[in-house]
Amino acid sequence: MRKTILCLTVGILGIANFCSAEELPKSSIAPPTEVKAFDTPNDGGKEISIEWKLSPDDSIIEGYEIYRREEGGVFEKIGFVGRSVCSFADQTKDRVKYYYYVATLCDSIRVQSETTGPIKSFPQWVDKKKINIFVALIVFGGLVLLFISHARRGKPLFIRKIAGLQAVDDAVGRATEMGKPVLYCLGTGDIDYIATIASLNILGAVAKKIAQYDTPLIVPNYYPVVYTVAREIVKESYTVVGRPDAFDADSVFFVTDSQFAYAAAVDGMMLRDRPATNFLIGTFAAEALILAETGASTGAIQIAGTDSVAQLPFFFTACDYTLIGEELYAASAYLSKEPLLLGAIKGEDWGKIIIIVVLTTASVLGLLTKFPILGLFK
Amino acid sequence: MKRKFPLLLVLIFGVLGMIPFIIPHPIVQNTDEFLRNDFLRLVSAFAIVLGLGSLLRVHFDKIGRKQVNWPYSWVLIISFFLTSIIGLFGGVSGKGLLPTKIGSFPFDIQTLYMNIEVPLGSTMFAILAFYMASASYRAFRARSAEATLLLAAAFIVMLGVLPLGDKISHGLPSFAQWILDVPNTAAKRGITFGIALGSLATAIKIILGIERSWLGGGE
Repeated sequence: MRKTILCLTVGILGIANFCSAEELPKSSIAPPTEVKAFDTPNDGGKEISIEWKLSPDDSIIEGYEIYRREEGGVFEKIGFVGRSVCSFADQTKDRVKYYYYVATLCDSIRVQSETTGPIKSFPQWVDKKKINIFVALIVFGGLVLLFISHARRGKPLFIRKIAGLQAVDDAVGRATEMGKPVLYCLGTGDIDYIATIASLNILGAVAKKIAQYDTPLIVPNYYPVVYTVAREIVKESYTVVGRPDAFDADSVFFVTDSQFAYAAAVDGMMLRDRPATNFLIGTFAAEALILAETGASTGAIQIAGTDSVAQLPFFFTACDYTLIGEELYAASAYLSKEPLLLGAIKGEDWGKIIIIVVLTTASVLGLLTKFPILGLFK
Repeated sequence: MKRKFPLLLVLIFGVLGMIPFIIPHPIVQNTDEFLRNDFLRLVSAFAIVLGLGSLLRVHFDKIGRKQVNWPYSWVLIISFFLTSIIGLFGGVSGKGLLPTKIGSFPFDIQTLYMNIEVPLGSTMFAILAFYMASASYRAFRARSAEATLLLAAAFIVMLGVLPLGDKISHGLPSFAQWILDVPNTAAKRGITFGIALGSLATAIKIILGIERSWLGGGE
């Protein structure tokens, strides 16, 4: 009797083991369930998303095949995804009815799910996922405009000293005394880079000072569009201070839009013309250190400014003054001392305060959830 | 009018540039794509003519005035016209009007690019290693408390990524990684927040015509 029970137990366990793992009979593979097809939200149309609940046999199958048919048509395979994947994005035509099913594939055996549909794709007018960014844009934009209106009413605004910008006068003065030129490098960003635009704003202010002192100016440009804008800005600056005759059209020129050729050209200018002051302001990449180190070796005063975070350490080490990120954007207001522009900086500061408060609150709440005894914020 | 017209253009195109960010509809996206790709490219093409004109003018002037190193300006001008001829008549990959090859020299822009520009660019890039060494030497001189801190942090990070660091202490590599992941990332994010807000404020000021320095200043 005991022997019979033992044999039966071993037999049952053996059969269970045989069915549960690798040797599952193919015909018993389960299909994916709860197949849903829906128009992909927040897109420009022409896409339907398909999602499903994984087959219970997901671990032993090859993957899932997705089939589609139009109204009145026949099903065609449109895609394949591997195991453990439970979604697929199908590129479709807009406003056409589609039907879908998903099949589990194991060796060459397919077990299909229920069919879902009809479903149509449409283009959306608003990307709801970006509404939070849009709201933040409105809030920060509103703050900037609020402080600009404060400034317009004549309310005095404090702005902290920025060493790099305070040194601009001294740097231009030094070049004048030495009878050497000032080199202004706008970086390697195109006109659609906000740092390039900020740099062009600073160039306008610097060019006015240079025009007053009658110091030679060199502005080598990386992009033709930036060159045309820079030339107009410098020309206008000379006109504003009443020295249009002193403007040399060839002081602002296009060099090349090849990164290292530009670096070599500017290095050459630094070594040949020995400018007394180098401004390296704008977007920079690997050429940042090449330019800054060459400038340092010539003994020029160097004022750098960039929003390229990776290049900031190079400028710190090789330049006398560095405008860090946002200081670059504040420079134009700082140099012009125009109340309206200073108001915008105040708005930026309030924006930062909001971000700091939100981050601190979120961090504190996050930390509190780590203390089980509190359990308040779970 | 001379000032108002550019300001109006900036306002219109500034708003047009913002709208596609939140509206995914093809009408808006296609218009944006047209403005960015076709229209901007057209404007850039005009600017390239002006840019190249400026380049040639500066170098002819240099030759005319016999300024320092003026013979090199001839190198630039000859290279410029030679490249233009090869580009215009040889095409990008040897499918132009010129004979495809003279001896072993193929007449196309791709050849010039691969055999002249790429090696010269790589040479300049290679110089970076030496500049890094001299910049590091300057940065690591412990002249102030901050510089000393930088020196200490850099020393730990450098040791941490070397096998020697693990030999000195098993905790050193993870401490070096912590310096990179926590204090370093925190500082970088702080700068990034400032940059984002600064960009936004600058964009608003320019679009609304509050910032006019790019017009040369003045009213």
